[in-house]
Amino acid sequence: MRSSRGLSHVHAGSLHAPDETMAVRNARDLYTRRAEGVSIWVVPASAITASDPDARGAFFESPQGKEYRHATYYTESDAVPHL
Amino acid sequence: MTHTSNRTISDAVTAETIATAGEVAPEAVARYAVGLGDDALILAQRLGAWIAHAPELEEDVALGNIALDQLGHARSFLTYASSAWGKTEDDLAYFRDESEFFNRQLFEQPNGDFAQTIARQLVASVYFDGLYRALSLSADPTLAAIAAKAVKEVDYHVDHSVQWLLRLGLGTEISNERMQRGLDAVWPFVAELFSVDPLSENLAGIAVDPASLQADFDRVVLPAIVDAGLTVPTAPAARGGGRSGVHTEYLGPLLAEMQVLARAHPEATW
Repeated sequence: MRSSRGLSHVHAGSLHAPDETMAVRNARDLYTRRAEGVSIWVVPASAITASDPDARGAFFESPQGKEYRHATYYTESDAVPHL
Repeated sequence: MTHTSNRTISDAVTAETIATAGEVAPEAVARYAVGLGDDALILAQRLGAWIAHAPELEEDVALGNIALDQLGHARSFLTYASSAWGKTEDDLAYFRDESEFFNRQLFEQPNGDFAQTIARQLVASVYFDGLYRALSLSADPTLAAIAAKAVKEVDYHVDHSVQWLLRLGLGTEISNERMQRGLDAVWPFVAELFSVDPLSENLAGIAVDPASLQADFDRVVLPAIVDAGLTVPTAPAARGGGRSGVHTEYLGPLLAEMQVLARAHPEATW
């Protein structure tokens, strides 16, 4: 679902449908009831390749202790406005 | 829940804005609006019975959305109509008896199975689409505004019905058979939609001539039925008379269920 604020599509939810065409319509009915979006993409669950939840350690915990990847060590210069 | 700030929603005409505007409908216009409101109200009540019973959860929501859209149209028409008699939409919805309802008979027909509901909805939505499109040009500004808002919603209802017509018609042998049976069941009530509306007499330029809607209806519905591998039914028309308060055996029980709470507890609010 892409909101009208010009952001990229974000996941809204999962649903059942007999085919792609009906999936777009079901998504419209389920997830745009309060004018949330201006664009819908649907993807069949079988087309999604996902990361392994059991491999969380190697996949997602390696950035721990690597604070240098965050831009927190820079000092702001007084001469640069609007930073 | 009123957290939305979307302008396209808040600017649209609703029963509340009509009531607040305080426009008083001329008597003849009010009588015409009652017929239009009853069509939408009775079909919305019928569709509401699908909630929690549709083939899929997704379809519960889809039919619920359509029912609520139609209820919105009904509320607008009945609110406007009630202004002529110093009444409210609830007075008209809950405190009229069967012979005082003027909906066309198609809309009170039972849900049947899902295919029959889709058949009824296809006919109803294409009819409403043409009607509201024409009514949006009405010389009565309130009727025109209600219709202009409704068209956008009904466009989607047509699409929903056509999609299901195709899938059921071209699905399996059983779904095809049921879709055909659904069309056969509702077809006798199609002709009445395009017959003379006694409530629209002397309203040239304000009311829509029902006969003028038939050609567009045929252009959309007949090819869709054929494309779905189905046959256009040839059943003779039912006797009609909904606009004169004549109804089939199905309206009475529907009204009893719809009205019982309001009649048991008059003026209750919740």
